[in-house]
Amino acid sequence: MSPILKLLAQRIALGLLLLFLVSILIFAGTIILPGDVAQSILGQSATPEALANLRAELGLNDPPLQRYLSWLGGLVQGDLGTALTSGQDIASSLGNRLKNTLFLAFWAAIISVPLAIFLGLLAVRYRDRWPDKLISAVTLASISIPEFLIGYVLMYIVAVKLRWAPSVAMINDSMSLGQKLNSIALPVAVLTLVVLAHMMRMTRAAILNVMQSAYIETAELKGMSMFVIIWRHAFPNSIAPIVNVVMLNLAYLVVGVVVVEVVFTYPGMGQYLVDHVSKRDIPVVQACGMIFAAVYIGLNMIADVVSILANPRLRHPK
Amino acid sequence: MNDELKYLSQRAAIGRLSRRSFLGRASALGLTAATANTMLAGAVRAAGPQTGGTIRVGIEGASTTDSLDPATTTNSAGTMVSRLWGEPLMILAADGSLEPRVAESVEASADAKTWTFKVRSGMTFSNGKTVTADDVLATIERHSGEDTKSGALGLLRGIASMRAEGDNFILELDQANADLPYLLTDYHLMIQPNGGKDDPTAAIGTGPYILKSMDMGVRVVAEKNPNYWNAGELGHADTVEIIVINDDTARVAALQSGQVDMISRVPPRTAGLIGRVPGVTVHSTAGPGHYVFIMHCNTAPFDNNDLRLALKYGINRQEMVDKILFGYGSVGNDSPINASYPLFSEAEQRAYDPDKAAHHFKKSGHDGPILLRTSDNSFPGAPDASALFQQSAKAAGIPLEIKREPNDGYWSEVWNKQPFCTSYWSGRPVQDQMLSTAYLSSADWNDTRFFNEQFDQLLVTARAELDLAKRTQMYADLSTIIRDEGGLICPMFNDFVGATSDRVDGWIDGHKGFGMMDMQAPLKMWATA
Repeated sequence: MSPILKLLAQRIALGLLLLFLVSILIFAGTIILPGDVAQSILGQSATPEALANLRAELGLNDPPLQRYLSWLGGLVQGDLGTALTSGQDIASSLGNRLKNTLFLAFWAAIISVPLAIFLGLLAVRYRDRWPDKLISAVTLASISIPEFLIGYVLMYIVAVKLRWAPSVAMINDSMSLGQKLNSIALPVAVLTLVVLAHMMRMTRAAILNVMQSAYIETAELKGMSMFVIIWRHAFPNSIAPIVNVVMLNLAYLVVGVVVVEVVFTYPGMGQYLVDHVSKRDIPVVQACGMIFAAVYIGLNMIADVVSILANPRLRHPK
Repeated sequence: MNDELKYLSQRAAIGRLSRRSFLGRASALGLTAATANTMLAGAVRAAGPQTGGTIRVGIEGASTTDSLDPATTTNSAGTMVSRLWGEPLMILAADGSLEPRVAESVEASADAKTWTFKVRSGMTFSNGKTVTADDVLATIERHSGEDTKSGALGLLRGIASMRAEGDNFILELDQANADLPYLLTDYHLMIQPNGGKDDPTAAIGTGPYILKSMDMGVRVVAEKNPNYWNAGELGHADTVEIIVINDDTARVAALQSGQVDMISRVPPRTAGLIGRVPGVTVHSTAGPGHYVFIMHCNTAPFDNNDLRLALKYGINRQEMVDKILFGYGSVGNDSPINASYPLFSEAEQRAYDPDKAAHHFKKSGHDGPILLRTSDNSFPGAPDASALFQQSAKAAGIPLEIKREPNDGYWSEVWNKQPFCTSYWSGRPVQDQMLSTAYLSSADWNDTRFFNEQFDQLLVTARAELDLAKRTQMYADLSTIIRDEGGLICPMFNDFVGATSDRVDGWIDGHKGFGMMDMQAPLKMWATA
């Protein structure tokens, strides 16, 4: 087997092991959550009879280990169970939400990642001159303002005053791609502003680090233009840290966008998870937890693999 | 009225003239904007409902955990969705009287124990099946059975037996209850084929709309039911879209930017500002909902009526209405009943009186601070209201200590468990139901631990009394007992505040029941654009 394939297999096996450990943590965590599911579902209008009826129906009286094993068994076969509160199949309703979340994350990434890297390169090219300072100031300001505030400000200016894009980012299957993109314009803008600074700063720092090297000086002496040097020589050698920070931000776009989803009423995973946590709908919380963990582990694995492939020394270990 | 104006307003009403240009021309003729608006509204109403178009509602309070099963509906969005596809036997009209729906007529025996509902003939469910008395029977059975999860279970406790005979559905009660038809207007009790026993979440009923797309807690789209029996009266728009927007700011922005035509729950804090936006009207409707401080009458120190009176005199009701509700509400009188209920009679208003409060506090012999528990979700602004109470009581020499509890678990750990806390009631359609739900000694939710034999007897007698004058007097007496002896401090009744844009019309002011015209706004209003 080629060393690269072996490496990939190793990484994937490690990821699966991690996921398994996470599943234990998630299950144990949700078991010790305070409060009672039946009480949370029925709320203020719970009568003792209704509570007892619901508790028996939900199987809350079985021992935890038995519940863990049957849950894990279902999970392996792709069966996430049914939601306690609405009685719907989790896999299908979650699938829809996940699709929406990935749709939003995809477009936010498509815009923010190239933009961040380009701005990073630009900042290096004009290092310590006004474009560098302007880029740093703007991106740092946008990361420092809470995202819900950026959301409200954009909503007021773009949706209410200018009416360019809707304030409610509701998407559904009957919409065309163009309509969907118009609908998510504002949340994508907010997310881009939030993740831009981190990736841009890391790109700038990583490339500047490489720029101190002797071979850059050589390239300069050859008479290459500054931008070509950065693009051809400096950038490939700083891919590893950049990919790492890009993956971290991609993971954030999937698992960390609850606030943006709420502000723009976007039907994604975040709102779905929060609703179910407050109702103690444990199977859904567990399923969401597993998916978020899988996204994190998967993206980090990709980051590892890419940085190994990008580095000949790691690619051909002695 | 000037003929030209009349002509213009009619043109505007039928859509030949835009609202904006009508207002412009009217002001050129010397009318103020307010008068012109009123005139236009009058002309629109006179022109009658317009059919067609889409009504989009932005609503708060729903969650992705909601089910379409009407038995488990707990929030306003769920109620509004149920009203689209389903109907109960009877429903609350705008003036608080009863309108027949699935039942064509209702008759009571002289002792108010046997009730006969005649099922409307020729009515069909949206799946084409004919509605029979058996369907009604099955529905009530499902909501009142031993193992039910229905939120209406408490209402249906007094049923001794029920049966279907031909077109008639007959209910026999343990005890007389003159309000029974009102209880059956409850939003859980949508009549479903075979009572929904086969598929409770199918959303098949006799309502004016049929659900086309449902994503609970996100968006529900419904289209006109072509075979609706009451077409012309209800369900004017072709399509109704209910969009869940839980965030207050986002909901208001959606109305302003024209993405929805009406929204529920406008935050009172900003309602005044929103009313100034062109094309948006804020509607405030008095309702039975109230924000309360509740004391357990059987737990020290609240087992002393003087202490309870001291606290009741030590609260400044008007200040609460002004500062917590921003004027969108009315003062309470330490009884859960206000003018929004049928058979209400005015009683002397209790006012803030530090001297009387100090007098009763001294008489109670209690010493030391009194612990009041509160949380953000017990009612909007509850911690602020508690702080106001603390200040007004302090002026009477009563030391209140406030403990802020977490939202999580407030309803299971604090409310109905701790002796003194903040809470809210959304009210009930009739007095008997409100009083039986929370003030009868045997009530499930006797959250003031109020045990008063005289009260219990009077309530049961009133229930069977068919003479309205006598009944009204009995209810006045019941309210007085709670006010003078109960554990309820009710400083304010909160209004329902909603808003509509000028793309819809037909709002009815002061509609009884819940907010948004008893959640019937999408059925009774129409799209103008």
